[in-house]
Amino acid sequence: MSILMTLRIALKALNRNKMRTILTMLGMIIGVGAVITMVALGRGAQATIEEQVKSAGTNLINVNAGNFSQGGVRQGQGMSNTLMPADADAIRKLPGVQYVAAGANSRGQVIASNQNWSTRIEGTEVDFPLIRVWPTKYGSFFTQQDVNTAAKVAVLGTVVAETLFGPDVDPTGQIIRIRNQPFKVLGVMASKGQGPFGQDQDDTIFVPYTTVQKKLQGMTHINNITISAESPDTAPVAAAISETLRIMHKLPPGEPDDFMVRTQEEIASVRTETTRTMTTLLAAIAGVSLLVGGIGIMNIMLVSVTERTREIGLRLAVGARGKDVLLQFLVEAIVISLFGGLLGIALGYALSDILERTLAWPTSIPPNAIGMAFGFAAATGVFFGFYPARKAAGLDPIEALRYE
Amino acid sequence: MAAVVVEEVGAKAHMPVISVRDLVKTYIVGEVTVRALRGANMDVEAGEFVAVTGPSGSGKSTLMHILGCLDRPTSGQYFLDGKDVSQMSKDELAAVRNRKIGFVFQGFNLLSRTTALDNVELPLLYNGGGRMKGVERHKRAMAALEAVGLGERQHHYPNQLSGGQQQRVAIARALINQPSIILADEPTGNLDTRTSIEVMGIFQRLNIERGITIVLITHEMDIAEYGTRLVRFRDGRIQIDQKITHRRDAAAELAKLPPPEADVDDVPADPKPAEHLGGVS
Repeated sequence: MSILMTLRIALKALNRNKMRTILTMLGMIIGVGAVITMVALGRGAQATIEEQVKSAGTNLINVNAGNFSQGGVRQGQGMSNTLMPADADAIRKLPGVQYVAAGANSRGQVIASNQNWSTRIEGTEVDFPLIRVWPTKYGSFFTQQDVNTAAKVAVLGTVVAETLFGPDVDPTGQIIRIRNQPFKVLGVMASKGQGPFGQDQDDTIFVPYTTVQKKLQGMTHINNITISAESPDTAPVAAAISETLRIMHKLPPGEPDDFMVRTQEEIASVRTETTRTMTTLLAAIAGVSLLVGGIGIMNIMLVSVTERTREIGLRLAVGARGKDVLLQFLVEAIVISLFGGLLGIALGYALSDILERTLAWPTSIPPNAIGMAFGFAAATGVFFGFYPARKAAGLDPIEALRYE
Repeated sequence: MAAVVVEEVGAKAHMPVISVRDLVKTYIVGEVTVRALRGANMDVEAGEFVAVTGPSGSGKSTLMHILGCLDRPTSGQYFLDGKDVSQMSKDELAAVRNRKIGFVFQGFNLLSRTTALDNVELPLLYNGGGRMKGVERHKRAMAALEAVGLGERQHHYPNQLSGGQQQRVAIARALINQPSIILADEPTGNLDTRTSIEVMGIFQRLNIERGITIVLITHEMDIAEYGTRLVRFRDGRIQIDQKITHRRDAAAELAKLPPPEADVDDVPADPKPAEHLGGVS
């Protein structure tokens, strides 16, 4: 019998028991729908992280001061005071390096007229906006002149600007006070949102790093160096930086680094990995409902075979071979699972859309998920449909014809 | 011996359609061995109308199953059209059932919720007819329906047809692949007298006009008398095998019968048995 005829017979048989077919299909619909939705949520989260990481800048390499130990007493990460402005200058000369900004950080209470706000004070250099691809919203970033003279100038993050001066106010030219010292506001950065670690990148103030060193902290070392490489292939550049810093710090072989070099990819991969694990877990749980749906198909197909024993007997009597009957029931199971799968994909799309709209959870359905869901649905149909179909095909025509 | 016959040119006309030799069928049901057939020998020539009778348990149903290639004998041989089918594989038997044998059952065994036309077409689906054009299938099914006088009922469902009509649809289905033999297992068992005569009339017409060999199983002697030959089974062996001298003529009897009170063909004669026995759910 041709496959097309088999399909027609299957559709007719399924059409006879509409309610039953729909209920059986529901198992597949929910299973596939759940898998799609879970994968969509996971992928959405992943995409958000990638977006956040990208917002940190392109081809980014971070150097942070490492742990510091003296006489066996280990200080925490970033406590080492061996990172120097000279290190930044040395890195600047390395091939493959595009921009370099030395950084020295502080925290403090920032006051403007009757408003105040405790925030991060990031000392950096003029290339910082280029590295982070971060333009100013009002005014401009500070200049090399400001860095050289350790000028008391500041560029505000939007959160700070809005807290101190109110939203949509250009505070350029205003004076703010940091630790009782007046700073001139040069401008406001554009809003950047969350960083790769969930911190608010807009809740900060940028000043020349020299200003942090000399006017706020009284230190000669720096806390970090932000570097952008010329190409996305940052690993060799990072390696060269490590090597240079070891030479600069005169570290003998075997001595651990007193600094930490991390590329953007490394930062991204940790979080992406976490989300991927979550996605797999969620999809696996959703997959259980697919399994239950498959068992539902098997159950109904077994009932159907029993109910139609005489029909099977008759078909065998008029010349159907075992494999004709096998195919007939197998196709029925596959039709249920495939239709269910298709509707499940639609349900997955709808659910993802609803979640995104109502809960603002980012979702993204990867195109291969559709293919996989469809393939999985078909496989479920074959797997769970095979046993009942084989049972039907193996019936003895005489017994089947006599069956009441 | 049949193999020799096949090789003889021109001998085909004299070759029996059915030839069984020392047919034995033994079932083992639990601890009990049931010897359903204990060495049956029979030849059926083309164009014969054999009525097989016998008490229940005599082996006539077992013979029917073996003749219909639904079952294989424990020992002995069965030649159908000169071919030994007793040791064929399952798939080969399916092909033989499809092309050479037409079945008519007591309970009609029509597919419910399937039109008369589609029911008749069913065997075509399994003879490579899937590749046959739908139009061609319909044409052949219509011809078969017309041969049993149900041409205008093609779109009726079994539950819209009387018992006699359902059995006629079943006969049309048996005819569709132009089989060598029609095997009818108590075809009038669920029918009233008048409808029984009508159905027997169709068998007689097919037998006489088309020369189709018919093997009819029945336990009613008056039904058996529509055939040309009577075979009586007892205890797994043939007890009587004789020509029927005073053959009944269904067409003539029908003409003599008073016309039915209502047009029997238009109302299901007895909807309950039709629903109950005719439908294959």
